[in-house]
Amino acid sequence: MKLLTCPLNGKRNISEFTYGGEYHVMPDHRTSSARDWAEHVFFHDNVAGLVTEWWCHSASSFWFLAERNTITDEVIRTFKADEIYQQRVEFTAPETEV
Amino acid sequence: MPFGLLKYGLSKNYPAKHHFTPAKELKKHYDVIIIGGGGHGAAIAYNLAKYHGITNVAILEKSYLGGGNTARNTAVIRSNYLTEAGVKFYSESVKLFNNLSNEFNYNVMMENRGQLTLAHSDAAIRSFRWRAEVNQHLGVRSELVDRQTIAELVPNLNMSEDSRFPIMAGLWHADGATARHDAVAWGYAKGACDRGVELHQLTEVEDIEITNGRVTAVKTNRGRVECGSVVQAVAGASSIVAKKAGIPLPIHCYPLQAMVTQPYKPILTPHVSSPQVHVYVHQTSRGEFVIGGGSDPYPLYNTRATLDQRESLSAAALELFPFLSQARLLRQWAGTTDMTPDYSPIMGLSPVENYYLDAGWGTWGFKATPICGVTMAELVATKKVPDLIKPFELERFYRFEQVNEAGATAASH
Repeated sequence: MKLLTCPLNGKRNISEFTYGGEYHVMPDHRTSSARDWAEHVFFHDNVAGLVTEWWCHSASSFWFLAERNTITDEVIRTFKADEIYQQRVEFTAPETEV
Repeated sequence: MPFGLLKYGLSKNYPAKHHFTPAKELKKHYDVIIIGGGGHGAAIAYNLAKYHGITNVAILEKSYLGGGNTARNTAVIRSNYLTEAGVKFYSESVKLFNNLSNEFNYNVMMENRGQLTLAHSDAAIRSFRWRAEVNQHLGVRSELVDRQTIAELVPNLNMSEDSRFPIMAGLWHADGATARHDAVAWGYAKGACDRGVELHQLTEVEDIEITNGRVTAVKTNRGRVECGSVVQAVAGASSIVAKKAGIPLPIHCYPLQAMVTQPYKPILTPHVSSPQVHVYVHQTSRGEFVIGGGSDPYPLYNTRATLDQRESLSAAALELFPFLSQARLLRQWAGTTDMTPDYSPIMGLSPVENYYLDAGWGTWGFKATPICGVTMAELVATKKVPDLIKPFELERFYRFEQVNEAGATAASH
């Protein structure tokens, strides 16, 4: 059985985790076009090789990032999201008339 | 007298016929280059040559003919999908499959065995009723059946009410079938090569040259080739090849695992599938039980077989067919599926003017092979997108107009 190291809970069985998609820099939702937003939501790099991606430890709902090789299926390292995210993203949209 | 056959083998009057043209040098220019020598690539070449008179065509295959996902799928043919676009598309494909051996004069071992999908919950019955209505409206033989009919269709299925997920009803699809997947690729390639198409195996596309929004040439490990247009038909590597043309795709590649038992006497006629326990089972004409449907839980470009999937597929198969408990597994393998967000393929035009996409084949690629050949060849020859594949264009994701195909095998996973 494959093990994955959760930065919060340590080594756990991989069946306890959920894959959460590729890590991408999110476009600014206030200024991006619908096209850019569609690309951010639906499109993937789908790289054969080293990738950075989101994982969640389902039992504790802890989200973190992992570096993984998609050819050899080796996890290089896992780390907490605060290595990348230092600031909270606010989702307040500008007011528009309906 | 079997020795009588020897005279044919040794006589010069009966020379061995080669299926395909032998390897030769690449030409400097082809009107159409097809990247990928699987069933789809061969089918597109066949249709271009036979029905559109375009024969200056090269199929470039990095490995050998039909050695990728054409060889790795579980050869299920059906059209009982849920969306109008999907049902229309796949039912045309089933019709073409039914005539394929005659079309080629080559036996693709088509067997119309029917397909039974099992419902283990009220929600599944509701969705099956919906699917049956959509299917019948579009001329596909598909109906909701009760437990008694299921027991008659598949006498050795576990109908016990004490199992973890008792069978409540089923979706019977009389048009469901199977065929020899290798023969489909060989038949198309043979027919294409007989008409002048060149099949180049061990020829890998390394780069794609684009000038002013048009493909002008491809660079391969055997040299540079100029071209009028390019079709990519490389399911399982679609993102990698499209990236060389600068085209991003909404695809994640997941391995889909399957396994097969030793051959046994014929006992199971239809193809039986259960979205609830995540397995489908059928017995091949050779007698092997094919057990499939195990999608890995995260993306990977690796066709290794895992113990996890062997365990879960076996458990699910035994729940349906307890008599398989003594069966011995012969092999287990994986294919790489191009999973799209809406479980529909990506076919047609791309942002590059003369570069055409035949991608996004998750768990629905083999059954689409004949119709893919027809529609993609028509697109390349006429530059007009056939109505049947219009809903599947890449541009749909930018317009938020996905074709949500909940009838796909993987959609239930």
